[in-house]
Amino acid sequence: MLQLYQTMIRSRLMLGTARYPSPAVLADAVRAARAEIVTVSLRRESAGERAGQAFWSLVRELGVRVLPNTAGCHAVKEAVTTAHMAREVFGTTWIKLEVIGEDDTLQPDVFGLVDAARTLCAEGFEVFPYTTEDLVVAERLLAAGCRVLMPWGAPIGSGRGLNNLFGLKALRAHFPDVPLIIDAGLGVPSHAAHALELGFDAVLINTAVAQARDPVQMAAAFAQAVEAGFAARQAGPMEPRDLAAPSTPLIGTAFRG
Amino acid sequence: MKILVNGAWREITRDVLAGALEELGYGRSVVSTAVNGEFVAATMRTRTVLAEGDRIEVLAPMQGG
Repeated sequence: MLQLYQTMIRSRLMLGTARYPSPAVLADAVRAARAEIVTVSLRRESAGERAGQAFWSLVRELGVRVLPNTAGCHAVKEAVTTAHMAREVFGTTWIKLEVIGEDDTLQPDVFGLVDAARTLCAEGFEVFPYTTEDLVVAERLLAAGCRVLMPWGAPIGSGRGLNNLFGLKALRAHFPDVPLIIDAGLGVPSHAAHALELGFDAVLINTAVAQARDPVQMAAAFAQAVEAGFAARQAGPMEPRDLAAPSTPLIGTAFRG
Repeated sequence: MKILVNGAWREITRDVLAGALEELGYGRSVVSTAVNGEFVAATMRTRTVLAEGDRIEVLAPMQGG
């Protein structure tokens, strides 16, 4: 079981809810992923438009826990206000805090992120900050009151996997007791398995599932990969070597000596 | 009076946020509100008086990653 703030979670695969071909496919994908947590957002809705209301009904019927995000926020003030609005609508103190610093890579503005995290933690939010693998930023986020970190694997929606393996390994080694969830950039199930094998606690996937030719089948594939990666981590992977080491014992080899 | 609702100018007759939302057609929707960038809790909408030119954000649940 994975503890995120005061909540115990069984599934290590979290799913985003955006960009699916239809609400029905989204619902089937969440079930196929066996996800217990899905991310949601807030957007402007004009009067009479019922898309947001219908979406919220669908999510509630799925019976999953929601993690609202502050996606699209570029300033601390925007992110903090959006968090307040999300807490009211979704009825949770959880917030996936995003303060975007650069539009091409959607990489976090880590300075704004730490400021916003400090404010929200002091107000009783349980903050899941979308951050980079930077150790110093991670320290500051923890000092601000965060008890979970969500480092990126690669830029959001890029599907490139774990871009900075060295940095991510260092982050894992540096904070062995902090739940670390890889958020963003994973493209295929093997990326997710790799993250779990490295000791990351969970992954959050959206585009890789939603934009697959068959999102439901891909969601199931990610679920299997996450389970395999976690089991492998627990089993203790062997140390890599530079040279070959025969797996078949050499003692008694025929035609020798 | 004229207020800016989700980036579009709207004419309203009621000057309290709760009434304005009803007039604008948000009556029974699950929404969250902010006025001039400040969050206004649902419980405060009946006590929040609007002024000409106020910027109102009305947000609803939406898909997100």
